[in-house]
Amino acid sequence: MNYNLNHLRELESESIFILREVAAQFENPVLMFSGGKDSILMTHLAQKAFHPGRIPFPLLHIDTGHNFPEAITFRDDLVERLGVRLIVGSVQEAIDKGMVVEETGYNASRNGLQIAVLLDELEKGKFDAALGGARRDEEKARAKERFFSHRDEFGQWDPKNQRPELWNLFNGKKQYGEHFRVFPISNWTELDVWQYLAIENVPLPSVYYAHKREVFERDGILLAENEFTPRRPEEEVKEMMVRCRTMGDMTCTGVWPSDATTLEAIIQEVSTTRVTERGARSDDKRSETAMEDRKKKGYF
Amino acid sequence: MSISVDNSELLRFTTAGSVDDGKSTLIGRMLYDSKSIFEDQYEKLKATTERRGEEGVNLALLTDGLRSEREQGITIDVAYRYFATPKRKFIIADTPGHIQYTRNMVTGASTANVALVLIDARNGVVEQTRRHAIIASLLQIPHLVVCVNKMDLVDYSEEAYEAIKEEFESFASKLDVVDVHFIPISALKGDNVVHRSDKTPWYDGPTLMYYLENVHIGSDHNLIDVRFPVQYVVRPNTDEHHDYRGYAGRIAGGVMKKGDEVMLLPSGFTTKVAKIDTFDGELEQAFPPMSVTVLLEDDLDLSRGDMIVRVNNQPEVTQDMEVMMCWFSDRPLQPRGKYTIMHTTQEARCVVKEIRYKLDINTLHRDLEDNDIRMNDIARVVLRTTKPLFVDEYRKNRITGSIILIDEGTNNTVGAGMII
Ligand SMILES: Nc1nc2c(ncn2[C@@H]2O[C@H](COP(=O)(O)OP(=O)(O)O)[C@@H](O)[C@H]2O)c(=O)[nH]1
Repeated sequence: MNYNLNHLRELESESIFILREVAAQFENPVLMFSGGKDSILMTHLAQKAFHPGRIPFPLLHIDTGHNFPEAITFRDDLVERLGVRLIVGSVQEAIDKGMVVEETGYNASRNGLQIAVLLDELEKGKFDAALGGARRDEEKARAKERFFSHRDEFGQWDPKNQRPELWNLFNGKKQYGEHFRVFPISNWTELDVWQYLAIENVPLPSVYYAHKREVFERDGILLAENEFTPRRPEEEVKEMMVRCRTMGDMTCTGVWPSDATTLEAIIQEVSTTRVTERGARSDDKRSETAMEDRKKKGYF
Repeated sequence: MSISVDNSELLRFTTAGSVDDGKSTLIGRMLYDSKSIFEDQYEKLKATTERRGEEGVNLALLTDGLRSEREQGITIDVAYRYFATPKRKFIIADTPGHIQYTRNMVTGASTANVALVLIDARNGVVEQTRRHAIIASLLQIPHLVVCVNKMDLVDYSEEAYEAIKEEFESFASKLDVVDVHFIPISALKGDNVVHRSDKTPWYDGPTLMYYLENVHIGSDHNLIDVRFPVQYVVRPNTDEHHDYRGYAGRIAGGVMKKGDEVMLLPSGFTTKVAKIDTFDGELEQAFPPMSVTVLLEDDLDLSRGDMIVRVNNQPEVTQDMEVMMCWFSDRPLQPRGKYTIMHTTQEARCVVKEIRYKLDINTLHRDLEDNDIRMNDIARVVLRTTKPLFVDEYRKNRITGSIILIDEGTNNTVGAGMII
């Protein structure tokens, strides 16, 4: 008898352990659901962690209003299938109420506005732990992120003052008004996620598979033609076979030329690709430390 | 489906070395030669190297994290890196080597299968080398690889290599490390890292990558003593699963089988394992580090922090324990101080009854007089807890043998201990 788990089963077990730890240590957790493959993976793992019970916390989606339409349909079906509660925090509403001000100009994005809306929702819901699908391999500021990441009462992250994490002992203690961000899939890489979604047959939104779409090129990135991003005259729309590697706002998520219409083909593509998945997000291209700066303010 | 992941294990290793021994270059080299660096990362590196007025591509910059560190040019925290080869997936806990970062090294070492210790071939075994080896032995990292780096600067000399090997071996004989391996490398030039070097014909061992891909880690977990700390109780309370009461947790030791006679701690009741449940169906047996849900034959009331064990193989049930403690806080360890203690899924309060000695982690010298335990110090201390914990010696089981202490005022994790 061989008592070895393969790496995907070991990662799965680690993530389930963290999810259960959150349910046990916190009073009012919430799962931040972006609609992307990492959040979908999180819901799948949560389903496993609490089987045959239901996932004991709601999902929170911060809706910029600039989503791929496919993502919203998928989200609503998933919520129904899991039998969980969905909370939607609307960036549009926050703009209308004057809580935040819309960015304008060429590279305008609602990404920054999500932070304020997220913090507001966490406060309104009195959530003491917000589960996120961030991974350490995504970006170098994330390489040092803890599984249990403590946030002060302003929701801020202090990278210099992180709690050490040893063995499988996770310290979720906090003062009143503070909360935690918890990242159960910290140790997964992009390839791990795809391989696992494939062996588990997890359904995904169609935009992840190669499909025909109208796109245009900006700063070396292909963006999906959409009603929210005004184009410059020289930016020509063309139809191409593309797919998403990450899924955020249509305004800043790049799409990739691809023929990968199946998970196997995607895995093949991911394992031979030479560009990081965040290489296609214009929000990360703003500066070398863009992610770190956003994280300190309370980004996912 | 053509996805072959079945035999791909996960290996976690730590790296430690003095500043400038070439740790960052080595990690960069492994990522680069195993083709784990993406084009956009490579382009950024090239640009940054040029901006700094350096030549070529500085692979060391790859492992460079937060802004403040970039400014100071040193690594101050534990950073995790990932790469994979067709054989294994690797997680590197990249830790700084200074004495003032002992706590970071301890953190990185806590979950590692392999410790990678770097030595500059020109300098030989230095204080930091000894410290890293001592930490690896205290934390019971099962395998130690000593990379003698910068071989290019000593003309790939076998004598230089052998001298360092001998010096390290004579020191390591005093340590509790079982498996030590030596490899002559040049991180900068790539010799014996991923590709075998033709400049070291006298060396017939594996390259570093080959070693990491093949070192046997199957027995790194304790497979003998069944330990199942209850983490969470699953009670669906739906019509379909009305009477379902499952104990969710992660196997911390041993192989648990359906039908096993088990004892519950702290109650001491005995019963049988009725079912080992998962989302993917029932299992006949479960072993570390699997996360499962255990159902028992009798309707007994267990809760988080309780433990399921075999009837004739029990951990020690005790309120008194001695631990090797690594201190993490800028507030010194308080003799008679009270702290929250976390052990497996249990939590209690504890008092520091005695500080036996402070360990000099450069020499292993025990100072019985020194009770002043500050950040990064390691000391042997006696603790008494408010309720019994179910503990094993750390050398027998890293999960049931480890604890952390939490400051009750700040909620910070202030100490990490290994039970003796
Ligand atoms: N000649 C030579 N230089 C090396 C080697 N490995 C690292 N270096 C150089 O040593 C210096 C320190 O390396 P770095 O990786 O930054 O060390 P760290 O402080 O341990 O991370 C750099 O200038 C490297 O280029 C090697 O194998 N041979």
